[in-house]
Amino acid sequence: MPDNSQPMTISEKIMSKASGTNVKAGDFVFADIDRAMTHDITGPLAVKGFYEIMENKENPKVWNPNKIVVIFDHQVPADSLNAASNHIMLREFAKEQGILNYDVYEGICHQVMPEKGHIKPGDLVVGSDSHTCAYGAIGAFSTGVGSTDMAAVFASGKLWFKVPETIRFEIDGELPDNVYSKDVILHVIGDVGADCAMYKTAEFGGSAVRSMSVSERMTMSNMAIEMGGKAGIIEPDNVTEDYIKERIPDYKLDSEWKSDDGANYSEIRKYDVSNLEPQVACPHNVDNVKPISEVEGTELDQVFIGSCTNGRYEDLEIAAKIMDGKKVADNVRLLVIPASRTEYMKLLKAGYIEQFMEAGAIVESPCCGPCMGGSFGLLGDGEVGLATSNRNFKGREGSPESFVYLSSPATAAASALTGKITDPRKI
Amino acid sequence: MIEGRAWVYGDNIDTDVIIPGKYLRTTDMQVFAEHAMEGIDPEFSSKVQNGDVIVAGDNFGCGSSREQAPLALKHAGVACVVAKSFARIFFRNAINVGLPVMEADVECSEGDTVKIDLKNGIVEVNNKTFKGNKLPDFLLEILTDGGLVAHRRKLQKQKKDQNL
Repeated sequence: MPDNSQPMTISEKIMSKASGTNVKAGDFVFADIDRAMTHDITGPLAVKGFYEIMENKENPKVWNPNKIVVIFDHQVPADSLNAASNHIMLREFAKEQGILNYDVYEGICHQVMPEKGHIKPGDLVVGSDSHTCAYGAIGAFSTGVGSTDMAAVFASGKLWFKVPETIRFEIDGELPDNVYSKDVILHVIGDVGADCAMYKTAEFGGSAVRSMSVSERMTMSNMAIEMGGKAGIIEPDNVTEDYIKERIPDYKLDSEWKSDDGANYSEIRKYDVSNLEPQVACPHNVDNVKPISEVEGTELDQVFIGSCTNGRYEDLEIAAKIMDGKKVADNVRLLVIPASRTEYMKLLKAGYIEQFMEAGAIVESPCCGPCMGGSFGLLGDGEVGLATSNRNFKGREGSPESFVYLSSPATAAASALTGKITDPRKI
Repeated sequence: MIEGRAWVYGDNIDTDVIIPGKYLRTTDMQVFAEHAMEGIDPEFSSKVQNGDVIVAGDNFGCGSSREQAPLALKHAGVACVVAKSFARIFFRNAINVGLPVMEADVECSEGDTVKIDLKNGIVEVNNKTFKGNKLPDFLLEILTDGGLVAHRRKLQKQKKDQNL
């Protein structure tokens, strides 16, 4: 446990624990990884790198198979022969090394990792996916790395880090009806820009964040990378503890895992979200954010409700309630993809899947879907999509000639009913 | 010293345009190279020549953690990326795959000859010198070794030789 004589941010505390030294922002450390996750797109190169690093060893073994998790989510079930080959390679690697492999079954990595109890407050987690920052929602220092870094972690369980400075986002106020954490994070990203938190931790606090569920918090932390953040941390509290206890019954939150009073922030930014209106990120950058009143009426070809950002039970319940038995507009396709098998089952039992189907939606099994533009549900030339996912870069959901808007599930559901971008407060 | 012809791009060049998601289902470096920068410049891979450099603005390589992005540039022949700033995952990935990168704010036009002194963190264009951020020595060493895999192999060999 770090020495408390100097006030520290939660990021500095976690890096201190993981490196066994007392560190402050700016220090370079060699840190022990508590948990590593890889998936079907970045995993094959990581496995290849691992065997290359270990080529002089007979029978090469990963540093600790119990700390690695493999999940297939980007191209599942295999959508091409290449994807099938990648799956075979990863499947064999996991089996050979004794690594837990959720294979094609469980859903999107960033939902499955916390959902299955693989993440705890204070953990240092790396995943070979940029949205690994999502686990900051439950107080882990969690960050995305590339395949070769992951190969090095497989081999040694360690990685170098520069201990990041922290920007504190103090978000107060009570959210109005039909305005959600997605609107908050889009508003913040629009305000600060895509590179504001580069190399830094974005730490979210304040009364609005405290009153969010873990699901809503995950939406916030998930998108920290869209402002350049290395991590997107929310200090754990009783909401976090309850979530972890559902997964690890004897878990007790260590009060150490918070930023100290007087911790050194590079910047503190304050927001009051009491009067926030629904927000929409417009093509082709996530920080191109406008209040919905400025983009209302934009004609749509497809609405996608899902992804690691907004594909949980709570998100789809909000969408189903807004749709309330009404039909999807004729000119638009609605694609609904729950983030995990567990969330899908909950929705199924609650009757929401049936509602979506009756409304005319296409409901797919848990996976990343059109987010990343590498699998199915793609947009063609000139098409316009609205998605609850996290990126709207050129070509992100298919054709480089298509246009992607990002919103909350409420806005997406309201828009699916009308076929154009619609304020959920007006449904 | 790296010397090459410049391709100039703006801010926030994301990894989805550096290598679009639809090409990620392979591990064939040639495929990545053929589609490098396709999202923003579909002819890039046919125009780029071995040893060319990219000069860009802020937040180069933002977005996905896909290492296929620096790999695509490297295998397309790009010798170095100079940018005002880099997204951190791209920056790490570039070093790990042995693609030289330097943070520097450089005035430059397309086609200019750019000289890059990685060791001292200096860029020279049209007889003007720009001071960039010098890489820490341990990162320079990884780059010089040809990336993290080659670097770790070297360390393992040194360890083995010492034990002999």
